[in-house]
Amino acid sequence: MAKYIEMIRIRFLMMLAYRTNYYSGILIYSINIGAYYFLWSAIYGGQSSIQGMSATQMTTYVAVAWMARAFYFNNIDREIAMEIKEGKVAIELIRPYSYLGMKMMQGLGEGIFRLFFFSVPGMVIVGLIFPLQLTTNLHTWGYFAISTLLSFMINSQLNLLAGVLTFFTLNGEGLLRAKRFVIDLLSGLILPISFYPEWAQQLMKYLPFQGISYIPSMIFTESFTNDEILQGLLFQAVWVIILVIPIQFLWRIAKRKLVIQGG
Amino acid sequence: MTYAIEVEKLRKEFKSYSSRSGLIGAFRDLFTRNYKIIRAVDDISFKVKQGEMVGYIGENGAGKSTTIKMLTGILTPTSGKVIVNGMNPHKEREKFVQTIGVVFGQRSQLWWDIAVQESFRLLKKVYRVSDRDYKEHMEHVIETLDIGPLLDKPVRKLSLGQRMRCELAAALIHNPPLLFLDEPTIGLDVLVKLKIRQFLKEINEKYNTTILLTTHDMSDIEALCERVIMLDEGKIIYDGSLQKLKQNWGEGKQIQFQFRHEVTKEQLISLTNDLNVKWEAGEQSHSWIAHVRAQDMAEVIGKVVAAYEIKDINIRETSTEEIIRNIYEEGIVHG
Repeated sequence: MAKYIEMIRIRFLMMLAYRTNYYSGILIYSINIGAYYFLWSAIYGGQSSIQGMSATQMTTYVAVAWMARAFYFNNIDREIAMEIKEGKVAIELIRPYSYLGMKMMQGLGEGIFRLFFFSVPGMVIVGLIFPLQLTTNLHTWGYFAISTLLSFMINSQLNLLAGVLTFFTLNGEGLLRAKRFVIDLLSGLILPISFYPEWAQQLMKYLPFQGISYIPSMIFTESFTNDEILQGLLFQAVWVIILVIPIQFLWRIAKRKLVIQGG
Repeated sequence: MTYAIEVEKLRKEFKSYSSRSGLIGAFRDLFTRNYKIIRAVDDISFKVKQGEMVGYIGENGAGKSTTIKMLTGILTPTSGKVIVNGMNPHKEREKFVQTIGVVFGQRSQLWWDIAVQESFRLLKKVYRVSDRDYKEHMEHVIETLDIGPLLDKPVRKLSLGQRMRCELAAALIHNPPLLFLDEPTIGLDVLVKLKIRQFLKEINEKYNTTILLTTHDMSDIEALCERVIMLDEGKIIYDGSLQKLKQNWGEGKQIQFQFRHEVTKEQLISLTNDLNVKWEAGEQSHSWIAHVRAQDMAEVIGKVVAAYEIKDINIRETSTEEIIRNIYEEGIVHG
């Protein structure tokens, strides 16, 4: 286990080496949040609530969803694709660790870095500009923390899956782009799932995406009842387990088929 | 006697796709693709004893790297048996890689953006090396390779020679009994090469480390390896001592004469027609090279010097590189 924790530390150090990139990121995220804030203000108009969410809840939802994204979002899919393309995966296979496990830990290191250097300062800035409703209920914070961790796991697993798929295509740029777009759309980042038409909501119950953004954000804005919170967490946990299967399956085939490119 | 490496009838085949030409061809490629099977490694067998230093040589594309990748568990063989350190590399990967060290000359295994010592620290954790072992072993390695002052620099700021020494140290953190070096001296200057060779000899003596080395630099092989395995088109064409290879192929000498005035080949041939001499034009003007047997050397020189005015004479042994070149040109190794 020590090696995996060490990997988180290393990744943190690597991010620190390029920290200036992140200050510009805060600005971009703030602009995004601002744009959605004005969009939603216009949609709400004079109404006090839509689909059971008040305008302030909605603003908070948007802000939290984007800031949580900074934590769960990572580029390990792209890294895996690149390491395959450049043949660096050979080096990873001569190490006594699980390659995918290590990638996950690198993602976590990146996530923790962004949490401290991005989400927290970003949230302070956004909180100063827009009316947010940050709960003081410690239970909510606790559930939110668990839910965000699970959303990190689901998102990273999907990244692993997409990354491993590039073993079979060798150039997976299109695939990775499509995956990113689908996740932003279907995870509830852009639009809460409860705003989708009924049939789409039914369909999405069978997909893992709402476990990435919708559930933690709904928990944070206290739009979920206690029952719904537990259901949501269970939904996330089940998907974390289910996703292990295709990843392991594909990884096993990939390793057998592995062709190291470039010598 | 236990072997560090046992390979029997090892084979690796790749499917290689070829694209059709033109736009129509590209469309057809979307549906069906032409491919042919290429045998990169073709039923090779060899054994390496613990503590041996073996040079694994061959031209580009001969199958050296593919073999190393199968021996290190990166690639799965198409068929055949591989036992390295008593294990099947592909089956027991995580346990197996704990017992080997690998250096790929063309590929860094250190983390690019962070200081060298951070990479070492991570590898120490990865290989579960105790603080005591690390200190005892690595202090010596760091000192011998003279990389102490580089440890706090990020890898991207190191020169190639500096980086290569760090790579070597990184591959040895867990003090593996078997070391694979895939072109470790590529692009390095003579001083760094010498240092690395010296170091490899030392760990071989100290820990009885088995070393399998691929290189295009024959001086590496000459300095380090008693045994060479030579590969051509996926097949082993020679496996034996370097000494024997030289005796069989390089017993002759080369004498280079630099004449003061122009001399023709015919003149030289008629001068030495009673001896077994092959004449060849040298690179400079008025210079000729005589390939002779060692016992004829004095007589040839005597005759030439007596007949023509000489500016300079050079006597060389056939270099290993030339021997290898000759072997590849003829394709097979006799004896």
